[in-house]
Amino acid sequence: MRRALAMMALFWSTSIAAELEYRANFTFSILSSAINLFTGVFTLALFFRHGAALGGWSWAEAVVVLGMFTILQGVAAAFFQPNLNRIVDHVRQGTLDFVLLKPIDTQFWLSTRRLSPWGLPDIALGSAMAAYGVGTAPVTALAVIMALACFVCSVAILYSIWFMMATTTVWFVQVSNVTEVLRALLDAGRFPIDAFPAGTYRFIFTFVVPVAFMTSVPAHALLGKGSLLSLVFAVAIAIALLLASRAWFRYALRDYTSASS
Amino acid sequence: MTRMRRFCRAFAAELVTAFALTTTYRAELLLWALSGTLPIILMGVWSEAARTGEMPYSPAEMARYFVAVLFVRQMTFVWVIWEFEEQVVSGTLSHALLRPIDPVWNYVANHLAERIVRLPIVFGLVGLCFALYPSAIFVPSPSAIALTILAVLASFTVRFALQYTFAMMCFATERASSVEGLSFAAFVFLSGMLAPLDLYPSWVATLAGWTPFPYLIYVPARILIGEPVAIWHSFGVLTGWAVLLIVTQRCLWWWGLNRYTGMGA
Repeated sequence: MRRALAMMALFWSTSIAAELEYRANFTFSILSSAINLFTGVFTLALFFRHGAALGGWSWAEAVVVLGMFTILQGVAAAFFQPNLNRIVDHVRQGTLDFVLLKPIDTQFWLSTRRLSPWGLPDIALGSAMAAYGVGTAPVTALAVIMALACFVCSVAILYSIWFMMATTTVWFVQVSNVTEVLRALLDAGRFPIDAFPAGTYRFIFTFVVPVAFMTSVPAHALLGKGSLLSLVFAVAIAIALLLASRAWFRYALRDYTSASS
Repeated sequence: MTRMRRFCRAFAAELVTAFALTTTYRAELLLWALSGTLPIILMGVWSEAARTGEMPYSPAEMARYFVAVLFVRQMTFVWVIWEFEEQVVSGTLSHALLRPIDPVWNYVANHLAERIVRLPIVFGLVGLCFALYPSAIFVPSPSAIALTILAVLASFTVRFALQYTFAMMCFATERASSVEGLSFAAFVFLSGMLAPLDLYPSWVATLAGWTPFPYLIYVPARILIGEPVAIWHSFGVLTGWAVLLIVTQRCLWWWGLNRYTGMGA
């Protein structure tokens, strides 16, 4: 465990050093984050301006959901995109061989090798939004702990699905962009799950791509409305998916043919 | 005359190779199409909102609007800046420059071929929307169809010219696509992709009118669903932007070509 942490610190400090070569990029990414944030808040405001109920969530509560979504997007941009989207290149060029030879867990290396600092503004802005949404409402320590636990679960859920989708490239090199679909579906997490029409939409975003567990459930918990049951559910799904991603990767490796290396 | 014929033959060759390439990577294309499904997500939230709030749209009309947005958005996808950035950074633009035709036609051919292969997928997605909202099913009038085709063509031209103009930044910096990221954020906000623009506060709608963005999604979508649109004005604005951007792009192209070092090739 200590060795893993030391490796991660090393990976991330080299990644940051590399990315800081592109400083102008930083300005643009902060500007883009700011515009995206403004757009998100503006869209939410549009719903309330026209008296839409958004499934019974108040303005401030909906802002908390959007905050959770923004943090999650930041996490994805900082940790998932730079690592998991590169798996396809390793498979295509056969450089996965070199990773497999390293005296370190392959899934760990593939998932943590890089860190993109460009996701960090979103994490900060999202946290600020969640804090704004909670506002002056009294927050108990229990609610914060529950929300954190739920959020860790949502990151784990997203990671597992993302990783498993990225690993399918071992069989289908053609679908290098499969994770883009996941990213697109994730956009549903901008809104409280109850804002969607009952039926197909809610079913898909709860069970097929569990966006509901990623943003609505942590937001609910932070607002002190969380139930122990949904936390238990979230933890169960997260653990199940993490184990599945592990098994899935082992299974995929058996069919890895190390092309063109 | 012979120059024109030479150009046509070269462009036809570009189209044939682009088509072959696109059909080879059709699985990838299907996934790109699926990643452009934000309108379907918004369709759900907005039609539900139209049911509970006070809006000038009924839930079915709202769903119809987003189906039209989905169609227009899918048909006007542009990615030229990433292709160009890759070619400049890796130096393979040098090969493209050796061809007997300006590299822009290669990108145009790629986009056109992709559009043809994408069309059946788009119809599939539209069918999916109608399955979700049977009350939103509509048949556009022949004149609406004709005008939509023109509007989509014009919208695509402006989108392409805008992104290709930003792509010229590749000659100055290695990460020009972050400029496009910024422009895309403004596009999403002001094009009517998130909500019909007439739901926006009037000052934002006015502001949007000064940019090309509302004419790229909102206007073609409204034409498709048969809502009243200032046709001549809209096409005039689109043409104006197209001319302005193409002229700017050409100037920047010659400027950039002088700076291009072909590094890595």
